[in-house]
Amino acid sequence: MEAKIGFRNTKSAIFKGVIVFFAFLITVPLIIILGYIIKQGIFQVNWHFLTNVPAPVGETGGGIANALLGSFIMVMVAAVIAIPIGMAAGIYLSENPKTKLAYYSGLCVDILQGVPSIVVGIVVYFWVVKPLGTFSALSGSLALAIMMLPIVIRSTEQTLRLLPDSLKEAALSLGVPYHRVILKVIVPCGFAGILSGIMLSIARIIGETAPLLFTAFGNPYLSTSLTKPMESLPHLIFTYATSPYDDWHNLAWGASFILLMFVLILNIVTKLLTRKWKVQL
Amino acid sequence: MENKRLKLSNEQLKWETIFRRILIAMSILLVLIILGVLATLIVESMPSIKSLGIGFLWGKIWDPVSNVYGAYPFLVGTLLTSFIALIISVPFSYAIAIYLGEYNPKGWLSDLLKNAIELIAAVPSIIYGFWGLFVLVPIIRTFEMSIHVAPYGIGVFTSSLILAVMIIPYGASLGITLIRMVPSHLKEGAYALGATRFEVIRNVIMPYTRSGLFAGVLLSLGRALGETMAVTMLIGNTSAVADTLKNAIFGPGNTMASVIANEFTEADHTQYLSALIELGLVLFFVTVIINLIGKRIITKFTND
Amino acid sequence: MESTIVRAENYNAYFGDNHVVKDVNISINKHEVIAVMGPSGCGKTTFLRGINRMHELIPNATAKGKILLDDQNVYDMNAIYVRSKIGMVFQRPNPFPNLSIYENVVAGYLLNGIKISKADKDVIVEKSLTSAALWKEVKDSLHKKGTFLSGGQQQRLCIARAIAMQPELILFDEPTSALDPISTSSVEALFHELKENYTLIIVTHNMQQAARVSDRTAFFYMGELVEFDDTKQMFTNPSDQRTQNYITGRFS
Repeated sequence: MEAKIGFRNTKSAIFKGVIVFFAFLITVPLIIILGYIIKQGIFQVNWHFLTNVPAPVGETGGGIANALLGSFIMVMVAAVIAIPIGMAAGIYLSENPKTKLAYYSGLCVDILQGVPSIVVGIVVYFWVVKPLGTFSALSGSLALAIMMLPIVIRSTEQTLRLLPDSLKEAALSLGVPYHRVILKVIVPCGFAGILSGIMLSIARIIGETAPLLFTAFGNPYLSTSLTKPMESLPHLIFTYATSPYDDWHNLAWGASFILLMFVLILNIVTKLLTRKWKVQL
Repeated sequence: MENKRLKLSNEQLKWETIFRRILIAMSILLVLIILGVLATLIVESMPSIKSLGIGFLWGKIWDPVSNVYGAYPFLVGTLLTSFIALIISVPFSYAIAIYLGEYNPKGWLSDLLKNAIELIAAVPSIIYGFWGLFVLVPIIRTFEMSIHVAPYGIGVFTSSLILAVMIIPYGASLGITLIRMVPSHLKEGAYALGATRFEVIRNVIMPYTRSGLFAGVLLSLGRALGETMAVTMLIGNTSAVADTLKNAIFGPGNTMASVIANEFTEADHTQYLSALIELGLVLFFVTVIINLIGKRIITKFTND
Repeated sequence: MESTIVRAENYNAYFGDNHVVKDVNISINKHEVIAVMGPSGCGKTTFLRGINRMHELIPNATAKGKILLDDQNVYDMNAIYVRSKIGMVFQRPNPFPNLSIYENVVAGYLLNGIKISKADKDVIVEKSLTSAALWKEVKDSLHKKGTFLSGGQQQRLCIARAIAMQPELILFDEPTSALDPISTSSVEALFHELKENYTLIIVTHNMQQAARVSDRTAFFYMGELVEFDDTKQMFTNPSDQRTQNYITGRFS
């Protein structure tokens, strides 16, 4: 009997060891990959790198200014499109969970969450690029906005669902109209959760390449026009990483480093802000 | 004063209605987007559907030059990469889920691991692809030489490896949530009978969360199927079907997503383009169905 | 007749097909404190919420009949306007957690975008908090959020918030059932002072509270208004057997 228990305990300890091993093993590739990107990319970054466009083939130097500006513009436009729509849909879903529209709309959010980003790119190509006759930053932003929507909607919906009904009732009983109750009480009380959803969706799309392949395409020059092609950080990395030129590889490493830093900083800032601005219920 | 208040209330009533209508409109917009996506995919792949019919799905030749299109190579590539990635990632996802859900749910070490998982999920796929191209490929090339296969370096196997790393966070975070949901009285009952930690995990937690964890596998699969950039950079972009399974795994290939990414802008005639779109349509259906099944299982699980 | 502030005529309320309030006729005078009591599920809260048209905000909730506020049927009026004229205090204190104490008191104006000068706001805040017997306790922390206050203080803040809108009528939905005994008595003491300027209708499941604070009491049972009488009379010599059973504790 004793031996049996001893054996079972050993088995349990071994199992725990195996679990811990596999669980922490995952940090190894993470550290290796991040370390390599930082090592290769950090020394590419200097003022020249950030303010110049890529040099033509054969010339050294150049930078990623066009991609930096492009990513910034397209992400901002995508956010401007996706945030109001996403919040409105999220509010509707949390306020009217039992309607038929909520069921089908929620289903579509789930579907949209699973649609591969390349498919979104194809569709927006036919919706915007073909009619306009040119690749454009606008189409890129639209594709990115479509990818942002599910995240913004779900986080808005889930944040607002957690708020107690008594909040709404208090405001309504004071003679506050429904839209002001939502906009001035409910949404501000859920601000931290909604904001974190928005920032996480932005962190997600600044790294997205596939939707931009046939929408924004790419542009070797600085551009602010929404109706012309525009470069972006991930797209530049893709093009230059798969090119045969070492200079371009270096540009891609530097851009990868910058992109990685953006994503990391956004995630960290999101965590800090959510903690700071969370309303004590 | 009274009249002012009444006037204000009347105006507010108007805005209330407008606001409610906007909320409804935005929700309808969502349905329209999905319908639009589906419609565009179907309409643009019509030429291909009409001329190639259902045989498209098992056509083994993809030769745009001779206008012959078959999806089989990409179905194989997609399934191979996704399943190999799943097989590799599942032990890790499970281990993380069990560790963070059961052994060590709180504390600094657990937070560290949680942050690491979130970090893995946050890194853009293009960066994984870039790293894979320059670091992993040479390593795999050496490995392939040592096991006496053609040392491509790139290929299905390499993509699967990177894909595995990328999908671990999805299975892991779902698993953590599910394992935390196991009611403590079930576990306590087992402990009270003298069960060891391992036995409680194996005989109480695992059976209880089985369907949910399966859903987690499905969702990870859905994610893997749709992954484009890292795979495109590492898979070698060959549209031929390999002759043996070994060559299929260790050689270059293509997935539905990667062939679209590579050839979309080169498709210069309707047949070519619409065949690619048809691949997109297949990809859309497969990922959507798998994701929805996974989500349904989870909703059922969390509601019971 | 001129002193009637609110009157219900054949008022019925439903949740879907469920007939929850049946044919209520009642007339309430200004500056009265009315207690509405009855066992759980008797419709007293539903009736209360029909007065300020909060009832219809629940999906599938409908109402028939009239409720007249100063001789105007509230169901013919703009609902938002009605609610701004009637104050309501809920069972669980619900100050807005994203607003300070000061902002909570004037929330009715703030959230509606009604512009008042800072001086006027200060006056309203002080007057309302004083009427709610809270001014002394919070006057030095007006700009802190209200969530650090005790339950009783939070409830008095909600009362101040309702008073700040200058209603004639204030509805209370079991206002002390979530409070400890000390907070309860501080709120009950308020009722006596408030009736000077306002009319109060208080739904309570606590018979003793009804007997303590009200001038007249309404007894609801299974959706019907069974009896409505002088409080002393109701508790010493009720006219209906059901009232007698309730008061003697046959059911609660």
